[in-house]
Amino acid sequence: MASSVLTPVQERGRAALDRLGLPTRRQEAWRLTNLKRLAAVAALPASGQPAAPSLPEASEGVVRLVLDGSRASFENQAWPQGISPLNPAELEQALGHTLDRCGCAETWPVEFNHASSHQLLALRIRGKVAPLELVLAGGDGLVSTRVLLVLEEKAELDLVEVVLADGASAHSHVLEVHLGQEATLRHGFLATADGQASLLTHLAVEQEPRSHYALTSVVTGWSLGRVEPRVVQVDGQAQTTLKGLAVTSADQQLATHTAVRFDGPEGELDQLQKCLASGQSHTIFNGAIEVPRIAQRTNAAQLSRNLLLSSQARVDTKPELEIVADDVRCAHGATVSQLQEDELFYLQSRGIAASEAAALLLRGACQDVIEQLPAAAQAWQPLNRVMESLEA
Amino acid sequence: MIRPDAELLLDITDLHASVEDKPILKGVNLQVRAGEVHAVMGRNGSGKSTLSKVLAGHPAYRVTGGSVRYRGQDLFELEPEERARLGVFLGFQYPVEIPGVSNLEFLRVATNARREKQGEEELDTFAFEDHVHDKLKVVQMDPAFLERSVNEGFSGGEKKRNEILQMALLEPVVSILDETDSGLDIDALRIVAGGVNQLATADNATLLITHYQRLLDEITPDYVHVMAAGRILRTGGRELALELEQTGYDWVDKELAAQGVA
Repeated sequence: MASSVLTPVQERGRAALDRLGLPTRRQEAWRLTNLKRLAAVAALPASGQPAAPSLPEASEGVVRLVLDGSRASFENQAWPQGISPLNPAELEQALGHTLDRCGCAETWPVEFNHASSHQLLALRIRGKVAPLELVLAGGDGLVSTRVLLVLEEKAELDLVEVVLADGASAHSHVLEVHLGQEATLRHGFLATADGQASLLTHLAVEQEPRSHYALTSVVTGWSLGRVEPRVVQVDGQAQTTLKGLAVTSADQQLATHTAVRFDGPEGELDQLQKCLASGQSHTIFNGAIEVPRIAQRTNAAQLSRNLLLSSQARVDTKPELEIVADDVRCAHGATVSQLQEDELFYLQSRGIAASEAAALLLRGACQDVIEQLPAAAQAWQPLNRVMESLEA
Repeated sequence: MIRPDAELLLDITDLHASVEDKPILKGVNLQVRAGEVHAVMGRNGSGKSTLSKVLAGHPAYRVTGGSVRYRGQDLFELEPEERARLGVFLGFQYPVEIPGVSNLEFLRVATNARREKQGEEELDTFAFEDHVHDKLKVVQMDPAFLERSVNEGFSGGEKKRNEILQMALLEPVVSILDETDSGLDIDALRIVAGGVNQLATADNATLLITHYQRLLDEITPDYVHVMAAGRILRTGGRELALELEQTGYDWVDKELAAQGVA
């Protein structure tokens, strides 16, 4: 259904990339980025060989779709009750709307996706529907995928996106979600790779009043990773929950840039970002929260917790609160620490070997976030994937 | 219960230890035989807690002299986990909170490490659940605490019960309980002390480290030792604890002065 709609988008994307050029260190949002790796991603040819990943059996009742960036459409897909593809007129109106609303227009990774994506999945969700699992499969070059979801008033969806990649490939993914009033989206984003592939992803979400967006992202094993959840509560009064786990090892670099804006009163945010860096790797967290004058009685809490697992690993963490309204509660905090000697000793004093104790503590630190993933994500054994990636 | 022919479990000879190069233990001598309950008392800073941590192998403490033999074996040649598997147990004064690690899983891994050393078969998840539910009775603990993260959000009393639950599961040979009574109200103290009493047999021994007589109202020691300035200054029976309760520690200063220590 997509290619005709995407043709003008691609043209605009290419023009924008020409205009923007590659990001440079002088731009605050890219100051810490390994730009050499970004340039390598930009130079990758489109994947010619869609990978046929071996997938675990989907949990019962889960609708699974595989997106591989090819021109394959979903025209012949049988949809369960409540899920239907957007028609061309709806697409025309909705595509890109949320990106604009969330301030993602003219940002390099989004234009890069515009310029390169051929595949689009665009769905309307009505009522409470079956869980949806999107497997974003890697290839031998650049794979670009784009998803648009419109949740109607009171709709309810569990969405699991799984990104898989290996080798010197890259994945560019853009998700747009519009949440109607009182709609609920529980979103699990699980992205694991083997240390060589790169990931650029924007998750743009527009929330109407009394809607709830709960994102749990678990990202590990990317040579260069950049995950950017951008949420706007268009009239406030909505609930946003962001739980993130970013794990790096070897010489990987993984950046999480979140932005939440309250364009109305009485919005709520509960955010926890955990980063674990081992080897010579580098994690970056930037958490922007915007509370303009109109957003009175906002209640936001952001916590960034970081574990440095080696002397050569690096952690950068930065809250970015812009608060103009005066009657708000905005709490934020950041900690950077190593595995605690006292915790290790406590476990050892119960007969647990030092290495096993360390592994148990790491599992614990990850489990905190992983257990928040929607149930459908469990088929992918997220904890094991993260632990394997840490050991690699 | 004192039996002179009982097995010598712990033999501490002229033990010296430092933390951050500051000497804390300055020649501790102590022998513990099977079936005995010892109480080690003394003021803050006398070295009681250091003694317990050195015995368990805390990495922040450095042994600078003397020896400790546990059932004839050099204790300091063993890693902390190996000591635990062989039956040395430290009940922590401040049990550590470990978010994200389920208490049940932690207890199972610890129990299996000890069982393996004793030549017993490993308990799988289901067998362990039955096993742990039996042991909960020792400290009247609510099974809900098994589902939580290790000690996370537990009250002081719940943490200490969790320590004694671990003791019940690990069936140690020598238990060193570091101020297990601190922070407990009288009801919690009775439950915890009751647990320790139930676990005492003719084959194991308990070393109670405490400030106060009140724990010794619940657990009757065979020996009471008074520590000061990193050594055991005096050893007696139960009556020594009662005497301390009445006279305080002032005599300690005099005795140290007479010995030219303080």
